[in-house]
Amino acid sequence: MEHIVIIGNGISGVTAARHIRKLSNKKITIISAETDYFFSRTALMYIYMGHMKFEHTKPYEDWFWKKNNIELKNGYVKTIDTVSKTLQFAEGDNMPYDKLIIATGSKPNKFGWAGQDLNGVMGMYHKQDLDTLEKHAPNNKMCKRAVIVGGGLIGIELAEMLNSRNIPVTFLVRESSFWNGVLPENESQMINRHIKNHHIDLRLSTNLKEIISDENGKVKSIIIEETGEEIFCDVVGLTAGVSPNIDFLKNSNIETNRGVKVNRFLETNIPDVYAIGDCAEQHEGINQRKPIEAVWYTGRMMGETIAQTICGNRIQYNPGHWFNSAKFLDIEYQTYGWVFGNKAKPDYEQHFHWKHEDDTKCITVAYHKETNEFLGINTFGIRMRHETFNTWLTEKRDVNYVIEHLKEANFEPEFYKTFESDILSAYKNQLQIV
Amino acid sequence: MSNKLNHSMSLAKPEANDLSSKQKIAVFIGVVGLFILTLALLNINFPNKTLFLTLSLGCIAAGTVIFTNDLYLTKLEGIKNDGVWFKSISSKGVLGWVTGIVLTLFYIVLYFYPSLLGLGQKGESNTGLIALFDPLSQLLSGRPASQWFVYGTLYTLAILVFGYKFMLKYRHNKYQQLRTASVMFFQLAFAFLIPEFMYRLNSDLPYYDLKSIWPLNYYNFERYRINQFIDAGDIGLALLIFGVVSIFIITPILTYKYGKRWYCSWVCGCGGLAETVGDPFRQLSDKRQVAWKIERWVIHSVLVFVVLMTTAVIYSYLGKDSSKYWLTRDVFLGLVAGFLTLIFALTLIFKRKELGKDAIYGAIGYLVIIITLIGLHYFSSGSKLFLFKSETLRTTYAFLIGSIFSGVIGTGFYPIFGSRVWCRFGCPMAAVLGFQQRMFSKFRITTNGGQCISCGNCSTYCEMGIDVRAYAQKGENIVRSSCVGCGICSAVCPRGVLKLENDTMKGRINPTEILLGNDVDLMDFINNK
Ligand SMILES: Cc1cc2nc3c(=O)[nH]c(=O)nc-3n(C[C@H](O)[C@H](O)[C@H](O)COP(=O)(O)OP(=O)(O)OC[C@H]3O[C@@H](n4cnc5c(N)ncnc54)[C@H](O)[C@@H]3O)c2cc1C
Ligand code: SF4
Ligand code: SF4
Repeated sequence: MEHIVIIGNGISGVTAARHIRKLSNKKITIISAETDYFFSRTALMYIYMGHMKFEHTKPYEDWFWKKNNIELKNGYVKTIDTVSKTLQFAEGDNMPYDKLIIATGSKPNKFGWAGQDLNGVMGMYHKQDLDTLEKHAPNNKMCKRAVIVGGGLIGIELAEMLNSRNIPVTFLVRESSFWNGVLPENESQMINRHIKNHHIDLRLSTNLKEIISDENGKVKSIIIEETGEEIFCDVVGLTAGVSPNIDFLKNSNIETNRGVKVNRFLETNIPDVYAIGDCAEQHEGINQRKPIEAVWYTGRMMGETIAQTICGNRIQYNPGHWFNSAKFLDIEYQTYGWVFGNKAKPDYEQHFHWKHEDDTKCITVAYHKETNEFLGINTFGIRMRHETFNTWLTEKRDVNYVIEHLKEANFEPEFYKTFESDILSAYKNQLQIV
Repeated sequence: MSNKLNHSMSLAKPEANDLSSKQKIAVFIGVVGLFILTLALLNINFPNKTLFLTLSLGCIAAGTVIFTNDLYLTKLEGIKNDGVWFKSISSKGVLGWVTGIVLTLFYIVLYFYPSLLGLGQKGESNTGLIALFDPLSQLLSGRPASQWFVYGTLYTLAILVFGYKFMLKYRHNKYQQLRTASVMFFQLAFAFLIPEFMYRLNSDLPYYDLKSIWPLNYYNFERYRINQFIDAGDIGLALLIFGVVSIFIITPILTYKYGKRWYCSWVCGCGGLAETVGDPFRQLSDKRQVAWKIERWVIHSVLVFVVLMTTAVIYSYLGKDSSKYWLTRDVFLGLVAGFLTLIFALTLIFKRKELGKDAIYGAIGYLVIIITLIGLHYFSSGSKLFLFKSETLRTTYAFLIGSIFSGVIGTGFYPIFGSRVWCRFGCPMAAVLGFQQRMFSKFRITTNGGQCISCGNCSTYCEMGIDVRAYAQKGENIVRSSCVGCGICSAVCPRGVLKLENDTMKGRINPTEILLGNDVDLMDFINNK
């Protein structure tokens, strides 16, 4: 029986395993050095905030794996010998494979800051990071202040986490406005205000210079690059993005760049070795996507795809229209299609923006300047229907159509106030002005 | 997911959830109110009962309101679940257990030892706690209080003040606010005030909470009530007819249109208590698959039990002679058997595919009832059903299900098993509504394409123990008989994945393997296989 070995029990590896099991009775082993069972990384924050316990973040009950005949191994893969097709574990044992799927995810970026390895300095990616945080910041007596470095999706989650335990947070963001490498300016600024409303000390256009140690090798304070200001703190969260977790492959024959290089079939340069999820790097981005997509949904889609290939139906990874979501403290964010921030915005892309006066809801609709084709939408504080936008994007609807039919895409709970008519009249007004 | 005990108490515990000074004052005021009740319970005879009762209930209400305002109005609108699993009361900690035990004792006394609460025996006047409530009872219905009046008052007060709390907690959520206002209204008007006023107007009428429908209200068709209804003349007859119409006509129509939530989350008093007082405990429901298996056996057994019990009770007082009254014992048995057969046949014909293995269980339940009915016809004499007296059946049901299950376990154990234990495992009304919701209703929870991140908030906060995530992460709509449509899963979902909706029946159940967002050809290939 063919032995499929998957390194990594995150969403990509687990999705692959589940689908392979549905399609075949091959022997499947999932390896992870992080936790015994698959848990939802996206839910890490809720454990610290007391919304859930770790058990609740496991999408499948523990009996699921045995029942589906998927073997789990807790161990750290140190090296891969692709010639003899064996894995060597840090614990000393080996495991042969017939086909190997690398799904090792990401690790937090560290940019060589002085003091980045001190006690009390941590990323927020693995379960172990959460344990470290729990140790250093159990409450606001043990942790009088925390500094977060890096204004991305994980940074703002970490800020929310600490805030939930009334720990004062200073949030250093390199950009001039929160996440404005991705978000259009108006949206980004609305989020700035929302962060401040939560009494988080948001510092824009601010870089970390160094982290200072106390006499015990624990963080004492940080210094800000621009002003030289020293901020005393007990915890420093490094959340300046993530990169593929593939250091253990550096000495293997598998081709890597930032991530594991794969073709559209998710195959590496070595036969029978595949890579999926956060750690996979396409030779070229697909349909305006980045070559490395560190999001949950991509890992899941790649898992769904690779299972087909492994089970004899060799198909390309061919994702549909882009979508994503996040939550900024109390404001939910969804996006469908492409809406670019100032930096990456192509010339042809034009925006229509509407914001509610309460400053917690807004939308941005992107369309093509010449053809009026609808390109995408960002929505904050208003839930919208994935399926509807997916259809409109496929049908290449024009922007007028989308705004006039926005009601059909409403996904808010029943009885909620709706804003489609406000949006429509704002849109018409804007057309008159232009 | 296991529901192990909370061990966080022994660790360096997050102390962010300490009470503010305003909250401490509020707790103090509330405790004063409770203390007055306790003193009354210990037989302290208050001189001015009206004053002290007002003071007591007023303090409890004021304490809760002040506490709530300080808890929620000082924060921005949004989900307020911070620290739920750190607090002793809401994570099966010491406080949770103590509360559970106190509540359980209260129920035991209430149901079985009302004299301890001060109920006057054999025409004597009330003492203690019950006497304290005499003035209010006199005011409303013109008679002294009973243990049920005390209970009803406290129950209503609890739904009102904790309903207020719930509405502030979800002040960003219109759905939550409306349905909470609705249960508060139905409890206050239908369960509490109207029956008291009805007594004033016509003291022959039995106590009748109009929103309490058979089989929840299992005693509605018992002999003494039927007699009372009939003796009370036209109004009584109207009420009796309403009782029949509400289960056989109103309920199916509303459930078809809106799902069982119209009742369980908008009207019902048990649901009302669970959603308000019980809200801090909703996350304690058991999400494991074995719990679901047990649930289905238990709740449907209760349903079979109540159908048999009611049939036997009605049978026992019907006549045999069709020339006196058309509804004789045999006609009645025939009607029951015919009705059940009709439902069973329709389900099998139209829903066979959806049912799969469950059809067998349905068939077992159906057979048990039919065989019993036949047995009833051939082997019963007088008031006996087989070997049991229908009366024995009735008292057993009233004791086991009516008191122990719905009261002692259902409410007393809130802090241990979660807030909807009764609704989930025991309520025969929920079983009836749920069956229809699963088979024949426009209601479902739609999942939003591929947006689920499997975080688990929805499953954790589902009071019915439904593993909502299991569906959401497959992009599959949630169509479950037990879902009471509380909408909390949708509220707590951080990615806007879930929406409670009434839409067409077609495509309501939509299992998918590949989620929206991936290769369209792959989706077609797999999902339409
Ligand atoms: C706090 C946080 C919040 C997030 N929120 C969102 C969100 O809201 N939406 C979204 O789309 N994405 C979100 N993400 C990103 C998302 O979680 C990742 O894209 C996704 O989990 C990647 O899945 P994966 O299967 O590729 O890898 P991972 O989930 O990282 O799994 C890889 C596993 O492999 C193990 N491993 C690695 N190397 C080895 C080795 N040599 N030997 C053995 N085991 C090894 C790792 O320990 C890990 O357990 C979030 C990430 C974080 C950290
Ligand atoms: S599934 Fe959702 S709406 Fe239904 S009972 Fe559970 S939490 Fe409430
Ligand atoms: S439906 Fe929402 S709450 Fe439930 S697991 Fe998915 S993202 Fe989380």
